[in-house]
Amino acid sequence: MNYDIIVVGGGHAGCEAALSSARMNNKTLLITSNINNIADMPCNPSIGGSAKGIVVREIDALGGEMGKNADKSQIQIKILNSAKGPAVQALRAQADKIIYPKEMLRTLNNQVNLEIKEAMVEDLIVENNKIKGIILETKDQIFCKSVILTTGTYLKSNIMVGSTRKLEGPHGERPSHFLSDNLKKLGFKIIRLKTGTPQRIDKNSIDYSKAKIEHGDNVYHTFSFDNEPNYNIEEQIPCHLIYTTEETHKIIMDNLSKSSMYGGLDDIESVGPRYCPSIEDKVVRFKDKEKHQLFLEPESIYYDDIYLQGFSTSMPYDIQEKMVHSLPGLENAKILKYAYAIEYDAIYPTQLKQTLETKIIENLYTAGQINGTSGYEEAACQGLIAGINASLKIKGKEPLILKRNEAYIGVLIDDLVTKGVRDPYRLLTSRAEYRLLLRHDNADLRLRKYGYQVGLIDDNRYNKFLEKKQNIEDLVNYLKNNKLTPTKKVNKYLNKLGSAILKDGITLYDLLKRPEISMKNIKDFFELKYDDEVINQVEIFIKYEGYINKANKEANKLVDLDNKKIPENIEYDKIHNLASEAKQKLKEIKPTSIGQALRISGVNPSDISILMIYLKKEYQK
Amino acid sequence: MKDTIAAISTSLGIGAISIIRVSGDNAIEIVDKIVKNKNLHQLNSHTINYNHIVDNEKIIDEVLISIMKSPRSFTMEDVIEINAHGGIATTNKILQLLLQKGCRLAEPGEFTKRAYLNGRIDLMQAEGIMDLINSKTDKMRELAISQVGGNISQMIKNIRQKIVEILANIEVNIDYPEYEDIEELTNQKLFPKLNIIENELKEILKNSENSRLIKEGIDTCIIGKPNVGKSSLLNKLLGEEKAIVTSVAGTTRDIVEGNIIIDGIIFNIIDTAGIRETNDIVESIGVQKSIELTEKSELVLFVLNNNEVLTHEEEEILNKIKEKNYIVVVNKIDLKANLDLSKYNIENIVYISTINNQGIEELKNKIKELYNLEKIETTDLTYLTNARSIALLNEALESISSAKIGIKNNIPVDMVEIDIKHSWTKLGEIIGQNYSEELIDQLFSQFCLGK
Repeated sequence: MNYDIIVVGGGHAGCEAALSSARMNNKTLLITSNINNIADMPCNPSIGGSAKGIVVREIDALGGEMGKNADKSQIQIKILNSAKGPAVQALRAQADKIIYPKEMLRTLNNQVNLEIKEAMVEDLIVENNKIKGIILETKDQIFCKSVILTTGTYLKSNIMVGSTRKLEGPHGERPSHFLSDNLKKLGFKIIRLKTGTPQRIDKNSIDYSKAKIEHGDNVYHTFSFDNEPNYNIEEQIPCHLIYTTEETHKIIMDNLSKSSMYGGLDDIESVGPRYCPSIEDKVVRFKDKEKHQLFLEPESIYYDDIYLQGFSTSMPYDIQEKMVHSLPGLENAKILKYAYAIEYDAIYPTQLKQTLETKIIENLYTAGQINGTSGYEEAACQGLIAGINASLKIKGKEPLILKRNEAYIGVLIDDLVTKGVRDPYRLLTSRAEYRLLLRHDNADLRLRKYGYQVGLIDDNRYNKFLEKKQNIEDLVNYLKNNKLTPTKKVNKYLNKLGSAILKDGITLYDLLKRPEISMKNIKDFFELKYDDEVINQVEIFIKYEGYINKANKEANKLVDLDNKKIPENIEYDKIHNLASEAKQKLKEIKPTSIGQALRISGVNPSDISILMIYLKKEYQK
Repeated sequence: MKDTIAAISTSLGIGAISIIRVSGDNAIEIVDKIVKNKNLHQLNSHTINYNHIVDNEKIIDEVLISIMKSPRSFTMEDVIEINAHGGIATTNKILQLLLQKGCRLAEPGEFTKRAYLNGRIDLMQAEGIMDLINSKTDKMRELAISQVGGNISQMIKNIRQKIVEILANIEVNIDYPEYEDIEELTNQKLFPKLNIIENELKEILKNSENSRLIKEGIDTCIIGKPNVGKSSLLNKLLGEEKAIVTSVAGTTRDIVEGNIIIDGIIFNIIDTAGIRETNDIVESIGVQKSIELTEKSELVLFVLNNNEVLTHEEEEILNKIKEKNYIVVVNKIDLKANLDLSKYNIENIVYISTINNQGIEELKNKIKELYNLEKIETTDLTYLTNARSIALLNEALESISSAKIGIKNNIPVDMVEIDIKHSWTKLGEIIGQNYSEELIDQLFSQFCLGK
């Protein structure tokens, strides 16, 4: 059997990798240990959120599937930070845990060039540091040009509850025991990470009268730029908000030593995520806080599980019972699934190139939690990029590397391969230096051209996008070329808005720059025959032009440095004046550009000067 | 586009001339902004041109400007060299003007580095330059840190901590919008916090200005009516301290005429000639002239005669100088006391007798006290890093002011934050602290988050 690309793992990274590979005309095989778990959501029942929601739009702009699939399966959707500036707004949907995987599987099944196989992968076939194929548990060999590993938390995973440790993955699935050892043998540095998930509660056993209801938005949203909304605002399923009690905190403190992480297990070596601490971590670290917020989130319209967001723990079952029953409205709650912590192996991500190809083994790519990240969206976008780059390499084309000022995806991958990880990596808006440029509303303007170039966006979708782009330009020109003249009516109108009255005519463009004037006011005087998306885009551009220019100016400095390439065969030992720490870091991370080198901790500006001079001398004779 | 850099190329000191070098794409444009005759664009390359440096309307110095256009220059970029009339104060002023108008202060060795990177210097020299840059930048980083040692450094750290708490709060509101138990930092709540930071930055800037004054010299005038003992006082100060007195001819700038150095601090005495002439010219300087002098000065020494009652003119001057740093010097205490200052509430007063050599030490101590000289380790200060940190501080302050303007214009808090973050970064550069994960660390230690 021969394939172009084999994807190992059917989670969110695997699905995007397999689809992009197949859509770019590669004969593709997706291997999963359980077809029923394809695109499974083992933790929270939501897609998107701050920064993550922007990533979903970026995936969509590039021609990935997550946005479309989330639109098909959402049961509630809202825009976060709507009261703040456009740069930090993002969509978040509650996605139905039955519909989401079902729809994704349907898409995979309908995809030409793509086969799905249920099997366990145990080893890789490598010759001269080049991937040749994979070996199954059955010892069968399958050959291919590229392999993309998207094994999630299944590498040597352990589920931990209290003082018990079980060798299994989420849902009691079998983990892969050999793959990470074999990766280690190939020379990879493997790290151990940890995460956790809270209890699932039977919705019929909850007294919602004690909780605060949280609705979806009453305006329509879609993740995908190509989709029209096809849901009913009125039929969205709400979430609920409750708080921990004094009693909860007392139970936790009294039983702290029973938690896996606080003495229940004495062999914990893994590092858990800082942004996602267990409830015992929160109670211990923030002793002064009287209560902690918890959300009750519906998992599906087809079954009764309610996800208890904020209550992740590794306490034994009996203590979990007590803890849950101390919560308002959950006094008689029935726990359907207990919370647990999970430990798993990951590859230290500085061993990857910006393309997500490993540095040691040619044509081997890794994406998702195996790279030390956390989150469905983080996984999906890596899968997409790995799939695209594996395909481009087979075709002998230049790779797609998104810059930090182009996409959150670029920020994520650059952080991973340049800085490594200490704990499971989650995207945050604070990780992006130029978030004003990386908005949720302009993901298509930033990235659709790349999706088109690599072949994931067809002519039809692309032309629609070009038309939107043209409309934006037209509207800007219209506003620049048309003036509001100081009539009595106009000045009365402005006066009422608290805006300075006119003495001479003013272009609509300049008028819109006034903080108190919006596009809505302009529409009172001029007919604008453009759709809301275009009007909104132009409004953001004009209103925040000063800030956007500032961000662009900063970003251009970065682009300049990123365009100064460092050859792959550079020998750092030959550069005498480099500080030894810098030399060691540069050798380990092998930055591809001066810009990337500068972002490595331990490499100082003086080292960069020396490096630049060396490059000039050696390579530009 | 490369930024435009500037630095003083001649060694600092009281030399005959000094050269300020500017290199980069905007060199001509920026220098044009600080000259009186704004014709730099029309001038041919490799010409030397007569001009004046001006600060708004005010003439700073009479200079010669050499223009070397790209690529025929040392760095292969547009280069301008300004030949000024020496003296730390003037040269520094010109550099400050350039930095204000958009130049960045060159790192040590940066002109050479650019020359090399642009292919101007041959390869033979490369190894040597590498050593040079290596040692110099490391040393400079040390200097940059030690220079703002002690109080100011701690103050900057405190301000940065305040800012990072604000940043973390704003970021956490963005990343965890549904955490109701975390305070929402709105523009309204932010504004007073920014006011405090702005004031603290201004305070540091003032302190830094003080150390700058110390390095560049404190413009000082000695005023008083004829025969009160101004020239005797000057001669005492000069004679005892083996002071350097130079006369800078041919300049139209301030009438700095002599320098006294007390404990390593330079005092630029204004209008020494005027003082000396009073022995010959009997008529008084006049109130108006005295006040003009005080306005140009940083420090005013007002000499009174112990033997005579206060005149109306002197009373007027006395009230005027209270707005400045001043010392009232009561001379001739060897004579009978007819002067009564009891109703004037004078803070800084020293009694001397130039004839008996009495009180000169007290006067010097008073000056030191006035400028906090005891507390400032002058040896730690270098001109270069000092100008650099002041420029960075100014940038940090501007960003905070810009954030306040943003708030007034109803710009969303997450955009206002861009300016605040910029301020934080600039402050970090001053004390050599810029750790990319600092903010993220703060976020997780300050707030309780999780799923």
